[in-house]
Formats: sequence, structure tokens, C-alpha cells
Amino acid sequence: MGEVLGFLVVELYGSESESFDEVYYGQYISFYMNRIFFLDDSGPPFGHMLLALGGYLGGFDGNFLWNRIGAEYTSNVPVWALRLLPALTGALSVPLGYQIALELRFSHCAAMGAALLLLMDNALITQSRLMLLESPLIFFNLLAVLSYLKFFNSQKHSAFSLRWWFWLILTGVACACAVGIKYMGIFTYLLVLGVAAVHAWQLIGDQTLSNVRVFCHLLARAVALLVAPATLYLLFFYVHLALLCRSGPHDQIMSSAFQASLEGGLARITQGQPLEVAFGSQVTLRNVFGKPLPCWLHSHQNTYPMIYENGRGSSHQQQVTCYPFKDVNNWWIIKDPGKHQLVVSNPPRPVRHGDVVQLVHGMTTRLLNTHDVAAPLSPHAQEVSCYVDYNISMPAQNLWRLDIVNRQSDKDTWKTILSAVRFVHLNTSAVLKLSGAHLPDWGFRQLEVVGEKLSPGHHESMAWNVEEHRYGTSQEQRDRELELHTPTQVDVSRNLSFMARFSELQWRMLTLRSEDAEHKYSSTPLEWAMLDTNIVYWLHPRTSAQIHLLGNIVIWASASLATAAYALLFLWYLLRRRRAIHDLPEDVWLRWALAGSLCAGGWALNYLPFFLMEKTLFLYHYLPALAFQLLLVPLVLQHFADHLCRTQLQRNLFSALVIAWYSAACHVSNTLRPLTYGDRSLSSAELLALRWKDSWDILIRKS
Amino acid sequence: MLCASGRLLAARAATSLPAPPRGRGPAGRHPRRELHFPGQPGPPPGDSLAGQQTRQSASPHRRVILRWGRMPPAVGRGLAGAELRLRRSRCGPRAGRAVGRDGAIQAAARSPKRPSPGSRRFEGTGRQALLVLVTLLSFATRFHRLDQPPHICWDETHFGKMGSYYINRTFFFDVHPPLGKLCAFLGSCLVPFAYLIVLDLSKSLPAALVTAALLTFDTGCLTLSQYILLDPILMFFILAAMLSMVKYNSCANRPFSAPWWFWLSLTGISLAGALGVKFVGLFIILQVGLNTIADLWHLFGDLSLSLVTMGKHLIARILCLIVLPLALYMAIFAVHIMVLSKSGPGDGFFSSAFQARLSGNNLHNASIPEHLAYGSVITVKNLRMAIGYLHSHRHLYPEGIGARQQQVTTYLHKDYNNLWIIKKHNTNSDPLDPSFPVEFVRHGDIIRLEHKETSRNLHSHYHEAPLTRKHFQVTGYGINGTGDSNDFWRIEVVNRKFGNRIKVLRSRIRLIHMVTGCVLGSSGKILPKWGWEQLEVTCTPYLKQTLNSIWNVEDHINPKLPNISLDVLQPSFPEILLESHMVMIRGNNGLKPKDNDFTSKPWHWPINYQGLRFSGANGTDFRVYLLGNPVVWWLNLVSIALYLVSGGVAAIAMQRGAQLSTEVEGLTRILLQGGGQVLLGWMLHYFPFFLMGRILYFHHYFPAMLFSSMLTGILWDTLLRLCAGSLASTSLARGIHAVGILSLLLGTAYSFYLFHPLAYGMIGPLAQDPKSPMAGLRWLESWEF
Repeated sequence: MGEVLGFLVVELYGSESESFDEVYYGQYISFYMNRIFFLDDSGPPFGHMLLALGGYLGGFDGNFLWNRIGAEYTSNVPVWALRLLPALTGALSVPLGYQIALELRFSHCAAMGAALLLLMDNALITQSRLMLLESPLIFFNLLAVLSYLKFFNSQKHSAFSLRWWFWLILTGVACACAVGIKYMGIFTYLLVLGVAAVHAWQLIGDQTLSNVRVFCHLLARAVALLVAPATLYLLFFYVHLALLCRSGPHDQIMSSAFQASLEGGLARITQGQPLEVAFGSQVTLRNVFGKPLPCWLHSHQNTYPMIYENGRGSSHQQQVTCYPFKDVNNWWIIKDPGKHQLVVSNPPRPVRHGDVVQLVHGMTTRLLNTHDVAAPLSPHAQEVSCYVDYNISMPAQNLWRLDIVNRQSDKDTWKTILSAVRFVHLNTSAVLKLSGAHLPDWGFRQLEVVGEKLSPGHHESMAWNVEEHRYGTSQEQRDRELELHTPTQVDVSRNLSFMARFSELQWRMLTLRSEDAEHKYSSTPLEWAMLDTNIVYWLHPRTSAQIHLLGNIVIWASASLATAAYALLFLWYLLRRRRAIHDLPEDVWLRWALAGSLCAGGWALNYLPFFLMEKTLFLYHYLPALAFQLLLVPLVLQHFADHLCRTQLQRNLFSALVIAWYSAACHVSNTLRPLTYGDRSLSSAELLALRWKDSWDILIRKS
Repeated sequence: MLCASGRLLAARAATSLPAPPRGRGPAGRHPRRELHFPGQPGPPPGDSLAGQQTRQSASPHRRVILRWGRMPPAVGRGLAGAELRLRRSRCGPRAGRAVGRDGAIQAAARSPKRPSPGSRRFEGTGRQALLVLVTLLSFATRFHRLDQPPHICWDETHFGKMGSYYINRTFFFDVHPPLGKLCAFLGSCLVPFAYLIVLDLSKSLPAALVTAALLTFDTGCLTLSQYILLDPILMFFILAAMLSMVKYNSCANRPFSAPWWFWLSLTGISLAGALGVKFVGLFIILQVGLNTIADLWHLFGDLSLSLVTMGKHLIARILCLIVLPLALYMAIFAVHIMVLSKSGPGDGFFSSAFQARLSGNNLHNASIPEHLAYGSVITVKNLRMAIGYLHSHRHLYPEGIGARQQQVTTYLHKDYNNLWIIKKHNTNSDPLDPSFPVEFVRHGDIIRLEHKETSRNLHSHYHEAPLTRKHFQVTGYGINGTGDSNDFWRIEVVNRKFGNRIKVLRSRIRLIHMVTGCVLGSSGKILPKWGWEQLEVTCTPYLKQTLNSIWNVEDHINPKLPNISLDVLQPSFPEILLESHMVMIRGNNGLKPKDNDFTSKPWHWPINYQGLRFSGANGTDFRVYLLGNPVVWWLNLVSIALYLVSGGVAAIAMQRGAQLSTEVEGLTRILLQGGGQVLLGWMLHYFPFFLMGRILYFHHYFPAMLFSSMLTGILWDTLLRLCAGSLASTSLARGIHAVGILSLLLGTAYSFYLFHPLAYGMIGPLAQDPKSPMAGLRWLESWEF
């Protein structure tokens, strides 16, 4: 297999410039190098970390601007090291395929065939030669299947031996790695779990084993296939969070508490703040939900327009909005309705759950108010304003009851950052809420804040937390304004537990809804099976050398054909067996079924779910499914030769056909080579000749 | 006991059908008659519905009032009683014949708990009385205070409106298939149905009784079946399908007999009904499908059956479970489409061809020029459904959003601002001038589209579109048709050769911008207020052919061309069917919740986290609150967990080959097979909701809740029997069983007594108020009654 490895790793220097998704992963590697926190919803962090490890070993300092496909790499970027890991895993997938076929008890010939197919497919080569995550994913997928097979085959004679444990645990580890690289890995994990469950069920039915032994077997499987992967998955996040300890561009998405746990950023401000909010405290209030944008409760001199565009009227009082940027107008003072003072008394009187408070806007000293006037964009809810007394029959209604949502007891005090609170209006029992709508120009496109009267339940958009906080000391408005402009002092940090940080990060990653971007090279799952689409990864800036994600169409088509043939044959045998006609000996049948459930099942599980997904899809999403499908081809061929060809002549003919077919695949692979490696500039005529399907997008320079 | 159930069902149904021929065979009773349901060819349970329907149509004005079909319960009851006596003698002989090979085994398994012959007659009448009682109670609770409150509640606005559309025969578009609105109110039948299903699955009267009690005394089911909503109808069909499926399974030993055919086809009919009401009906179809596959697989493995017989089995199922429901479903749709033959507010959602069959629509029997020529005044419609017509108006894009030029949008309704004139790109002469010859527009021509009302040209340029940032902005530009080279578009017909003429309505065209090379399309996104909430039009640089960027010409005015009739356009029925389903699915998916609002989540439902306000919100109103009876719901929840544990233990014990006594084995089989079927039903009606993106409501859980209640009945009865069976003394065992069942029954009845105001209406202060009579019942803070 040595030459196999060599063949793939041979030319990683191929293109010296960024291509396609490398831009995407590259920026995260830079973040790792600089230890800056980021949030990427495309997958768990293990894959990113693997790539970053390559960068670290290659001595990458993280200083490179990943902004344009096709930009030349500068000398400080260790391209070879960065691309080494995907290439290595891609190369190692080939011997894995060989081994899997062997473990499925097929011949060396079939195994060689499987390895050859994995080797010759141009799409797999392209994908593993660039800094992308599909080839590590495929590697771990295949590793999980292989180690499960090894484990299963050693089950009969050497259960609980060292070798048995090794393969069992390796199965779990490989599954965790696959899931850790991309969420897609979960499909393979499910496949392995499913097969393991069926085998475990057969084990339970084996009455030659004692109850204790069965229990031990089940326990070992549960530990290795459920507990170990879960632990490992947590470990990935632990390392990820331990590495990324500095604040960065994605801070704003996270909660205040999370941000405070990062170096720099919010932590610089919130350190040393008093913990308990007291009457007289100066605070900024951040909405907990933070969608569509994270923002702070805000007010400014401007008033609501007397008449809106649609003819409805407003109270014409001072606007209250939610503002996505730090601003001195985000400061509010917590006031005791019974007293006039706006400073914290000594000792401070903490505010507790259920207390009635007034919120004074720091810069304008107006009080937060709501009343029975329809809000500007959400007419079913009440308008929230800072009260301006126009001496008309509209009294101030500025008393709010504090409701701490995440309180431990009803006597809890209001804590900076940690407490999520609701403000319930005393007169109307409306709740202060971020409606999510953007105000028009008169409101400077800030977000609308309303008093929600009849909500069917609690929602995070009603909860607010104190982010910046200081005890106010200035009696005079002028001094206070100065005080508001000065930053809060710096002191100790406040730490979140790992589990809290993990669950928040994981939740945000899963719920972050990125703009559903249409892409020039996006495709639908239907186009994949017959290779009706391709992706241009890179084009040489001057010549017409280019790299495409383009599979070997002979291999792809025959893999789809083999899958169909397998399904039909399987159904045929199954029905005949039900009628007690046994075409195949029992052990051959079991082998055939296991091979199918792993290879065809792996293909189906990795492919069919995409039909239900609504996100933008690309051809490379099909590659993990393809890897499984390729393994199936030689198995089906061998089955044909062994069981369906009756005479020696037929067998010889069939072998000749297979050899011819393999040579055709080789030839196609070689023909498409310039598009796979991008090492040679082709003339327009040559490029046109390669455009075998009208739907393929091959770039031809106008001369 | 099965016999009793069959008799009663038939008896109940017999209120509207003549009794079938009777009295064949010897009259002797077989001792094991309870084993196989003889399968009386009774009429479909929907007959009582027919009665209600006629009442319904007799007084159409009642539709607008709140509740439908006040059928006096006494009718069904009285007749049923009379029938009972007549039928009793007929049940025995058939059942006797029915005992088959495996029947004997089952009988043996259950024989220990078979009552002594002396008490059997007493029990027989007792059972009939019980079913009557259950039905009675169900009707009594459902019809009690049906006229309160006298105003419109919840979705009644929605479905009431649909009802009046049918009366006026105006075409409309709704997210649910049509049968629901044609049908009347069926909630009361759920309880006896569930009773019979459980009786058949578990062969145990107490289990059936517990289920019936759970459903009768559940305030949620009660509230839901008191209003004009689709859910009771849907649930009726779901349970009817389930019941007939269970019944035909128990006829399995006598294939191709009359009852077998009857139940099989009834299953198919109910499936069509379920699907016709709501798409949630798909789940019961899935369940029946799975059951049928398992059934066929089982038959296929029976080597005593020849392949020919197998083929017959297969064909019978295809006929009854696929062809029959499909035909019925299409018939329902055909009626829907035929009744709604007039043009109405829903037109714009549909394609040009679809509109042509609505009378009153301007495309109906239209005669317009066939080929597009220069100078034609046209409207251009996007081919993707629910996008609308290319539109422009005298409003500019606001400051900061692309160039400050006239807006171009798509608009779903017909309007003068949808009219455009096709002109040559390089001349501005009036092509309608009679001195010019007619010149047709051909595929590949370069044209200019001038907006008729404002005389501005369709224009695009390298500014980003207002919402889809990667596309280019499309505007109206120029004065009186004089613009610049950014107004030139190449018109192309999809899949046609160059030089062909362009046909009205039929040609699928694309407009390609000459300067930037992008394609005119609509993103389907709604513009903010400044765009009057019409849809965004962009020029997309991605040349992939999607429906968003394909258009057709709908109206066409050109005095120089002869009009031809376009009757050929009439779409075929399958096309109509397909299109209306596409529109419905899009509509369903369009019901997306807003980010910042509280929405009901599927995990809320089984724990009864929060109900729905049906009417009234303040302390002074008459309030009805849709909330499950917490005792029932939480019992169901516990039962599911308990079932998983006990079912798992039982399955593992069987797989390990544990030696069980025949009685225990029989009970285990009931637990695994009967319970398993019901559990499958619960899962199929619950879990898919987790995947749905649309806005969800609490009442979506109710079909699943029915299955969950049945599971509870089966589980507790079996568990109590198993527990009691492990004790030595039979009398003590029976005592424990009886006490357990009785406490379940009384417990639910008492909880219903506590919670009945939720369904029958409450007045007075809200429950948050400690003075309210309901204050003690607010067990969860999230309940708001």
C-alpha cells in the first residue's frame, strides 16, 4: 500500500493559492493560532482543531488574511503542513477500504478492487489534497466500520481479549471523531450503533451464554459505544474552549456571562463590578434572547412621531429602543419609587425578586414608562416610552415589578450578568419585550421594544440581564453624566463552569441561523448520484489551469448501478428465503447481508437525509456516502462471479468484462487528471473536450 | 367478550341500516366463542354521521352559529338496546366456527382467568351494558352545555369562513384538504371506538373500560369535540381506520370472507377520510401500511399458502388500501373543485392554466391573441406558485437601498400596474401604428419592457437587490420609454429553438439582462413596508434554471392580432390535483413562527405544559381553556415510560428463552403485540411534529393522545393481572386487580369532576387570583385559566 500513500501525498504544493472552502476553514485556523474565540455553526470543533494542529506543527503564526479565493499564499503560511492532514487521512482511507472488504470475508481480489476505486476517484483525490474536512470525515467513518468489523469477527473465539477491547474502543473513538469533525458523522455513528444493536440482540438470544456474561457483553458495548464517544465529544469542546480564551468578533452572539469568561472584550469592563444590583445602581440591560441582533435597552432624546405612516397615532413621548452597539445612552439607573435619591446608600440596599422599581434613563433622567397605546410596529402590544409630561390626561405609569426568572428562591437578589430578569408593569401587567422588528428611519433603524400584554408563555425575548454595572455616587446630573462616560473599574474575573459554557456554545451552534446563501455551485441531492454537477475550486490567475471537484463518472455511475443491483438481488433472495428456497448457503447469505447493511446502509444513511435538509448543499456533501458506495461495487461483482456465473466460461467472460471496466475507469481518471491536480494549463479545445456533460461548469478563458 | 363488542357495534350502527340476514348454522354455543371476533357485516360507523349531515344541510344557517349536529343521544341508545336482544343468539355459531389452529393455543393461554359458566351469562349482559354506558357517558359529556359560549372561538373563525365560501361556491385556498369542512361533528364516537379497539387488542374488558374512562373524562378531548374544528373529525377517521384494521386482523384466519372484505375496505375508506381532513392523516396511513406489510410478510412465510393465494392477498390489499382510498380521496377533491367553480380571492395563488377553469376569472373562456408581437400589452406571471405578477408602481426605492429609482416587485393580485408593453430595444416608435406590419417577438430577440402606467422601462444594474444581497436590483427607469442600455433584455423560451414565436400562457420564458448577463427572477421574499409588502424582484447572476426565474405571459392585448379561443388550456384533473397540493404544501410550510414570539413546542404537549385559550381571556369573560385533564395526561406519560421498561423486560425475557407459565406468556404477548401496535400509533402521531418547521399548536397532540390513552388501558390491566397472578390465591389476585382498576376509574372520574369547568366554561377571577374557585387547580404556573 506504500505506493498508494505516495500517489496522493506526492504533490501537495500543487496550487499555491487559496481555493474555495479553504478560505472558510483558514480563517478559523488563524483564530486558533491567535487563540481568539469564534463560533462556527458548520460543525463541532474537532475538525477545525485537526487542521489547526497541522498549522501549529508547520509553524503558522496565524497572520494571513483569508478573504479571496485564488489569493496567493504568503511565505509564512505552511501550505504543505496545513494540507498534510487531509491528504494523509485521504490516503489512509484506501487501505481501510481494502481491510473492510477483507473483514467482510470477501477475497483479496475484491479488496484490491475496493481500494482501487477509492484510489482512482478524482473527487476523493481533489477533496483530500486541499485543506478541507471531508477526507478526515471519510477516514473516521471507514475506521469506525473497520474496527467494528474486526471487533465483531473476534467476538466468536476471543471475547474480552485485549484485541477485542482494542477494536471495540477504537470503534467508539472513531465514531466520536467522525461526529466531532462534522455533524454528518452522526449518520455513520447511527449505522454502527444500529448494526451493533442487532448483533447485541442476537447475543441476548444466545442461550449458551450465562446471564452474567450477556450482561457483561452489553455493558462493555454500552461503555465503548455510548459513554466513550460522549466523553470524547465533551473533551473536544473542552480543548476547544481551553484554547480559545481571548475575545473575538463573535462575542456578541454569546450571553454576557460567557463573554465575561473570555480574556479582553466584555471581561475587561465587567471585572470588578459589584455583584448585587442595589437601588441607585447604574446598569446597562442586555436582552437575553439577542435575536435578530444582540442589543441593549436604549433611549434617546427623540420622541415617537406624532402620527405614523399608516395613520395611527403615538404618545409622542421619548423613544425607547434596543440598540446593538455600546452607547452612553444605554445606561439606566435603578430607583426606589419611595425615595428621590439616585445614588447607592451606604450600605447598599440590594434589589430582590418582587421589588417594585423605577428605571431612570441616565442621560435624560426620564423614567421608563408604558401605557395603553399601541406600539409602533406591533400594534397588539403596548408602546414603551420614557415619560414626558405634556400635561395632558396621560399620567405616568412607571412602576415595574422585578421578576427574576432564574431565581433559586423568592428572596433572591438581582445579580449582575447572572440574573435574567423580567420587568412586569404594575398597572397593566405588561412585560418589557424585544419584539424583533426594526424601527423605520425616525427610530434610526434600532430595534423595537414593547410591553407584551397577553403572552401565552415565557420567552427569552422578555428577559434582560445587567451587563455593565456600577454603584452610582453622583447626586448632580452633570457629575452623573461624567460618571456614565467613564468606564467601570477593573478587578477579578468571574468564571463559568465548563458544562455551562459547553451547553451554551453547543446550543448557539445548533440554533444559529445563518443567512441561507444561494451559491453559484450549490446543487441538489438528485444531481449527485449521477454526477450532474461539479464545483470549481480554483483557477490559476493567468493560465487556464484549474481544480475541479469532479468525480470519475464511470466509477460514480457504476457505483449507483451496483447499489441498485444489490438492492434487487437482496430483495429477491429475501423473498425466496421466506418461501424456504435457499439460493445461498447460510454463511454466504449472512455475509452478503452484513456487507449490504454496512455499505449500502452507509450510503443510504449518509445520502438520503439530505433530501430533507433545507440548507445550501454542495457536491462534496455526497462524498462520505460515495465512499461507502464504492466499497459495495467489488462485493457485488464478486458475488456475481461466485454465485451467478454458472460455468467456467461465463466466469472468464465476466472477469474479462470487469478488467475492461477497471481499465476504462483508470483511463477516465487519467483523462480528468488535469482538472483534479490543476497542474497543467489546458487549451480551450482540450477543456471543451472534457466537458462531457452539459451541466458541468468548466471555465474557459476568453482569449 | 369480543362477541359482545361486535354485536354492540353492529347494533349501534344498525340504527340506520336494515339488519343483515341472520340465523344460519346451529344455535349451540361454543365454549370458546370469545376468541375470535365473528365480524358481523355491519355498516360503517360513519352512518350516524350521515344523520347529522342531513340535519346540518337542512339548516345551513347553523353553520355560522357555533356547534354542529346536536344529535340527541337517546336515538342511538334506545335502538341499540333493542338490537342487542335480537342479535345475541347469532353470535355463538359463527364464533364457534372461527376457532382455528392458533386460536386453541390462545384459549389455553387464557383459560385460567376464564370465569365459571354460571357467571358468564351475567357477564355477557354486563359487558353490553358497559358499552352502552360508555357510549352514553361519552355523548352526555360531549353534549352537555353545547350552546355555551355563544360566540366564535379559536379556529372557528377560520373554518366558519370556509363554510360560507362553499355555500357561495367561491374558490378559495386553504392549507388543509377539503373534507373537514364538508363534515360534521363526530367527537363522541371516539370513546366507544377506543373502547372497542382496546377490547380487541387486549381481549380484556377492564383495559377497555380504563381507556374509555380516560378519554371520557379528559377535558381536552371534551373541549376539542365541542367546537367546529377539524380535529374531532380527523380523530374520528383515525380511530375508525385503526378499529377496522384491528378487526380485519382478527378476521385473518378467515381470509376473503365477507367480514374480512368489509373491514378491509372500511379501513381504506377511513384512511381516505383521514387524509381528506388534514394531512396529519398521513400518519395513520403509515401505520396501516406498516401493519399490512408485516401481515403480508407473515402470510408469505406460510408455506401452506400457494403463490396464487398470496397474489390474491396482495391484490386485495392493493385494491382496498391503495386504490379505494385514492379513488375516494380524488373524488373528494373533485367535488371540492367542482363546487368551487367561481373566481375568488384565492386565484392569484394558482397558475394561469388553473385559473382558466374558474368562472368569473378573466382567463375563463378567454380568447386572446396567441403569439406575442411587438406592441402587445401583457402581464407576466412567475411560474413558481404564489409569487404573482411582475409589477411596478410610482414609488421609489427608499434612500440607501440601491439606486433611488422606481420599485419593481411581484404582486399576487390583478392590477393595472401589472401591465407591460413589449417594445423593440432600439426604436421607440409606436408599433401599434397601423402603417407598420405586425412583427412577432421571437426566441432570442432583444426587447424592452415598458411599464404601461408609468412609461418606465424594466431596468437592472450593478446595485445589490434590497433583500437578496447577492442579486442585482431591478428598477423602473427612463422617461416615456427612453432609458439606457441597461433596459435591454433578451427573451428566451425554455427548451425551444431560436427563432420560434412566443406563445401566450404556454411558453415558459426567461428574461436575460444584456449588460450584466443576469436573469430576471423573484426571490419570494416579502419587502418591508416601503415596498407595500409585495415580493422582491431581483436579477440573479446564477443562471441555474429554477422556477423563480421562469415566467409566462398571462394577459395579452394586441388589437392588430386576431383573438383565438384558449379552451385548449383546460388543465387535466391530475394536473389540478398536483397543483393544488403543491400550493397547499407551500401554504403549510409558509406558516412559520416568528423568532421573538412564544410558540408551542412538541415537548410541551405530553406533559400538558400549556393549554390554548379557546375563548375569553379576562376575569369577566366566560372562559374556555383547552387543557388536558392533568391526571389523565400524566398517567399516560408515566404509562409510556412504564411500558417501555416492562415491554423491554418482557422482550428480553422472551429472547433469553425464559420459561413462562402459559398465562404469563399470554399476557406478555398482549403487552408486546397489542401494546406495541398502540405505541407505534402514538409514536407515528407524535414524533414527526419535531421535524416540522411550521407553527404548531397544542391541539396537534390529540390524535397521539388517543393512542397513548389506549396504551395506558392495556398496560395497567396487564400489569395488574401479572402482579396479581404472581400471588397464590386466585380470589386475592382477582381482588387486587379489581381494586386497581376501580381506583383508576374513580380517580379519573374525580379529576374530571375537579377540572370540568375548563371545558364547560368558567366565569370569575383568573386562577392566579387566590380568591378564584380555580386557584387550587392551577398545578402548573404555565396554565392560564
